[in-house]
Amino acid sequence: MNAKEVIARRVALEIEDGMLVNLGIGLPSMVANFLPEDVDIFFQAENGVIGLGARPPEGMEDPDLTDAGGGFVTAVPGAASIDSAMSFGLIRGGHLDMTVLGGLQVDERGYLANWMVPGKMVPGMGGAMDLVAGAKKVVVAMVHTAKGNPKIMPECTLPLTAARRISLIVTEMAVIEPTDEGLALREVGPGVTVEQVVEATAAKLIVPETVPEMALA
Amino acid sequence: MKTATKLEAAAELIPEGSVLLIGGFMAVGTPERMIDALVARGVGGFTVVANDTAMPGHGIGKLVTAGLVSKAIVSHIGLNPETQAKMIAGEMEVELVPQGTLVERIRAGGVGLGGVLTATGLGTPVEDGKQIIEIDGKKFLLEKPIRGDFALIAAKQADYKGNLEYALTAHNFNPVMALAADTVIAEPHVIVPVGAIPPDAVKTPGILVDHLLEREH
Repeated sequence: MNAKEVIARRVALEIEDGMLVNLGIGLPSMVANFLPEDVDIFFQAENGVIGLGARPPEGMEDPDLTDAGGGFVTAVPGAASIDSAMSFGLIRGGHLDMTVLGGLQVDERGYLANWMVPGKMVPGMGGAMDLVAGAKKVVVAMVHTAKGNPKIMPECTLPLTAARRISLIVTEMAVIEPTDEGLALREVGPGVTVEQVVEATAAKLIVPETVPEMALA
Repeated sequence: MKTATKLEAAAELIPEGSVLLIGGFMAVGTPERMIDALVARGVGGFTVVANDTAMPGHGIGKLVTAGLVSKAIVSHIGLNPETQAKMIAGEMEVELVPQGTLVERIRAGGVGLGGVLTATGLGTPVEDGKQIIEIDGKKFLLEKPIRGDFALIAAKQADYKGNLEYALTAHNFNPVMALAADTVIAEPHVIVPVGAIPPDAVKTPGILVDHLLEREH
């Protein structure tokens, strides 16, 4: 199982019955493949649908029905189409139960940076700042390091997405929860030791006596 | 009753240097025929307010390629390398705005509000130069209204009175933009007799629409 699949399978366990969930593009969107069977939820795509469904069959795409990455999708029974004001009203207004986003850096305060690398990559924040500022639960799904360099830092060096503490960091090596006291190591990845996690993390981690291995959906 | 406006005549309405609100999300729900007419006419210097600059060859991407956009006020340019190249070369100014903030700024401009207070962007580069206002102990950024000289919007269908109905994720910014410009030009896929769109399905009342583009040939 590759790192991204481990992450997606672990994040899937955070999804509870009845939730409205927004998945970011890329790695976070893989979470939809591993939903537990007993949960009945709606996915929101911020471009305007509650009840995002799977990709349509080849040749049956509707050009007016896409996800926030521009890919063709379907709408599940019970879906609603909404405009951008309603969509972001839901996000900012605390009606979105959970968002799963990718990350470039997360720091000891639990602050996320995921929208630009000055001088290198300036795609724009899209909906990321509203999602982090407004969703009830913000899960960051990302590989633990970038080309061997730690992404979990004492303080983000990249511009922040929001000055709000995110809820959970899920990587292929660990599940880490930002708390009032700092970053608490909750779980380690399959076959990963606590020492390896500490080694690959630049931020200070609060390590309890026993750290269980993560379960996967 | 509205008279159908020919494409060339609609393009002629728009002077050089106009501020254009253009509907669409990655070119879904963008008035493509109107954009093609502007490209054919070749007058530019526009400030474009939109969710994104789409991709080269699609929607607003065609205006960017043709060099008709001086400034873009958008949430995302990540899928259009030409926008990024022109921004770096100093040929085009880009102002990045969080997506939920952008739609509310346009809405404020359209519904007579003096601004929007939002937590989105606090603690990030978005707050630079903006007033922070505390309400009941919570901090918010003051974001100012946006209006356009013209709104160019796309709809699923219009009736002879200009009432508009939208499709699925092609709503996005269109209904909000229809409120926020001095002149509103709507490009429906089809035009139907009055009464064919039930009142409950009308998302933009025809009184907001100044020009209805003639049907597609």
